[in-house]
Amino acid sequence: MPEQSMPEQSVAQAKTAGRRRSWRRSRVMRRLMRNPAALAAMATLVILTLIAIFANVLAPHDPNHVDLQNRLLAPGAGHLLGTDELGRDVLSRVLVATRVDLLASLQAVGLALVVGVPLGLLAGYAGGVGDAILSRIIDALMTLPPLMLAVVVVAILGPGLRNAMIAIAVLIVPSFYRVARGSTQSVAGELYIESARASGCSSWRILWRHILPGIAPPLLVQISFSASVVIVAEASLSFLGLGARAPQATWGLMLQEATASITTSSYLIYPPIVMVAITILAFSQLGDGLRDALGRQSNEGK
Amino acid sequence: MIRFVGYRLLLAVPTIVLVTFLVFALMALSPADPAVAIAGDDATPEQLAQVRHDLGLDDPFLIRYADWGWQALQGNLGVSPVTHQSVLSDLQFRLPITLSLLLLALVFSIVIGVLLGTLAALNRGGVIDWVANGVTNLLMAVPPFVAATLLVLMLAVARPLFPATGYATVTAGVGPYLTYMTLPALALAVIPAALLMRQVRGALIDAMEEDYVRTARAKGLRTWTVVGKHAAKNAAIPVVTVLGLLIAQMLGGAVVVEKIFAIPGLGSASVESVLTGDLVTLQGLVLVVALVVIVVNLLVDASYGYFNPKLRTR
Repeated sequence: MPEQSMPEQSVAQAKTAGRRRSWRRSRVMRRLMRNPAALAAMATLVILTLIAIFANVLAPHDPNHVDLQNRLLAPGAGHLLGTDELGRDVLSRVLVATRVDLLASLQAVGLALVVGVPLGLLAGYAGGVGDAILSRIIDALMTLPPLMLAVVVVAILGPGLRNAMIAIAVLIVPSFYRVARGSTQSVAGELYIESARASGCSSWRILWRHILPGIAPPLLVQISFSASVVIVAEASLSFLGLGARAPQATWGLMLQEATASITTSSYLIYPPIVMVAITILAFSQLGDGLRDALGRQSNEGK
Repeated sequence: MIRFVGYRLLLAVPTIVLVTFLVFALMALSPADPAVAIAGDDATPEQLAQVRHDLGLDDPFLIRYADWGWQALQGNLGVSPVTHQSVLSDLQFRLPITLSLLLLALVFSIVIGVLLGTLAALNRGGVIDWVANGVTNLLMAVPPFVAATLLVLMLAVARPLFPATGYATVTAGVGPYLTYMTLPALALAVIPAALLMRQVRGALIDAMEEDYVRTARAKGLRTWTVVGKHAAKNAAIPVVTVLGLLIAQMLGGAVVVEKIFAIPGLGSASVESVLTGDLVTLQGLVLVVALVVIVVNLLVDASYGYFNPKLRTR
C-alpha cells in the first residue's frame, strides 16, 4: 500500500532536509561571524532593539513634557542632547522615537511579507494566467518612483503613522513578490520538490514545507535591505508631515521640527540624523553580509 | 531604430493604462469625497448630489475611468477642485522645474560616481579604492532629506554660499541655475553617486580583465587611452542600466528635496495635493511621472546599441 509507506518516506525526507538545513545554517553563521562589518551591524541592531524595548526606562525625562522656560537649551548637564522648541528633552525623544520607528518598520515589513511572499510563491509555483496578471500589476506599481507611490497611497488612506506604514508596505511588496516568485521558480525544479510531489504531497504542503524553507535565504537578504528602505521612507513621510503627527516622536518628525530652528539651534538636527544613518547602515551592511555568507543561494531569486 | 522606439512605445501603453487605472481604482476607494471639497462642509445633501452629478461622480467606476482616459488623451487632465486651475497647465509649469533639478543631480552623480569608480577600479586594493569604498558605504546611509538638511546647514546657514530656498530652471541661465539648484541637486545625487561608483568600479574591473584590454595594453597604449577608448564602452552598459533605475529613484527623492528647498516642482505638487486632498491633480501627476520614467527607460534601452554594436537592432 503506497499510503502506508508514505509517512516513513516523508519522515526520512524531513530528517535529511532538517540535517541539511542546520548544517547550512551553521556554515552561514560561521561565515557571518567572520565578517566584521556584518558583526558590527548585528551588534548595532541588538543595541537598537534594546533601546526600543527599554526606551521608557532609559529616557531621563518624559519625552512629551513641555517646558517652555527651558526651550532650545544647548546640550549640557541637565539635558545631555539639549531641549527642542517646546523645551522637551531631545535625548528622551530620540530614545522613544527608536521604539516608534523600529516598531513601525517591523509592521511595514511584516505586512509586506504577509502579502508579497504568498503571492510570489503562488505565482512562481502555479505560473499561468494568474502569474502573468499579477506580475504585470507588480511591474506597473514599480513604474512609479518609490516615494511617489507611498505618497499616492497616503493620499488615499489619509495621513498618519499607521497609514504611512501601510503605504510603505505597498512600496516593498513588489520586491518581496519578485524575490519569492523568482526563487520559487528555481527551487520548484529541484529534485526534492519533484520527489515530494511524487510521494503525494498536496500543493499547499509542498509550498509551505518544502519551497518556503528553500527560498528563505534570498528572502532574508531582501528583508534586511527592505528594512533600510522602510526606515528611509518612514522618516521621509514623517518629515513631509504625511506620517507620524506631533507630539509623537519619530526621527523624521524630530528632524522636521529641528529644521524650523536650524539657524539658531543646529545641534537639534544631529540626533535624528545619526540615528537614521546608523540604522540604515546596520541593515544594509547586514544585508551585504548575509548575501555574501549565503553565497550562491541568495542569488537564485535575482 | 525608429521601429525599435515605436515598438517600445507601444509596449509602454498597457503599462501606462495599468498604472493610471490602479491609481484611479485606489482613489475611488478613498474616503475623501471631492464633492465635499468643492461644495464646502455645510452643503446640503441636494447640493452635494448636484455637484457629484456635475462632476460625473455618480457614474459607474469604469465609465469614469474611461472618461478620464479619453480626456487625458486629448490633453485634458481636469480642473483641480482646490486651486480651480487646469491640472495640465499646472503640471506643464512644474515639469521643467523638476527636470532641471534631475538633470543637474544626474550630472553630479555621474561626475562623482564615474570619477571615484574609475579611480577605485584602477587602484584596486589600494588606498584610493579603500577610501572610496568606505566613503560610498557611508554615503549610502544618507537619504535625500538628511543630505538636504545637512547641506542647508553647512552651505546656506553656517556659510551662506547658496540660497536656502528658491529655484531656477535651465533656461534661466547658467548663473542662477547653478546658484539655486546646486544644493538640492547635490542632496539628490548623494546615494546615486555612491551606487554609481560601486557599479562603475565593478564593471570596469571586469572589463579590464578582458583579452582585448590586455592586447591594447600590450600594444603600449597609455592607461587612460585603454580605459577611455576600450574598457569604458563595455563597462558602460551595466552602468547605464543602473542610471535608469537611479533617475526613477531621484524622482522619488525629489518629493522631499523640493519640499525642503521650496521648489514648486512635481514632487512638492504631490505632497501639496495629498495635504489638500486634491486627487485630480494627483491622478494627473501619476500619469506624468509614469511617462517620465518610461521615457527614461526607453532612452536607456536605446543607448545599449550605441555602446555595444552587437545589440543594435536591424
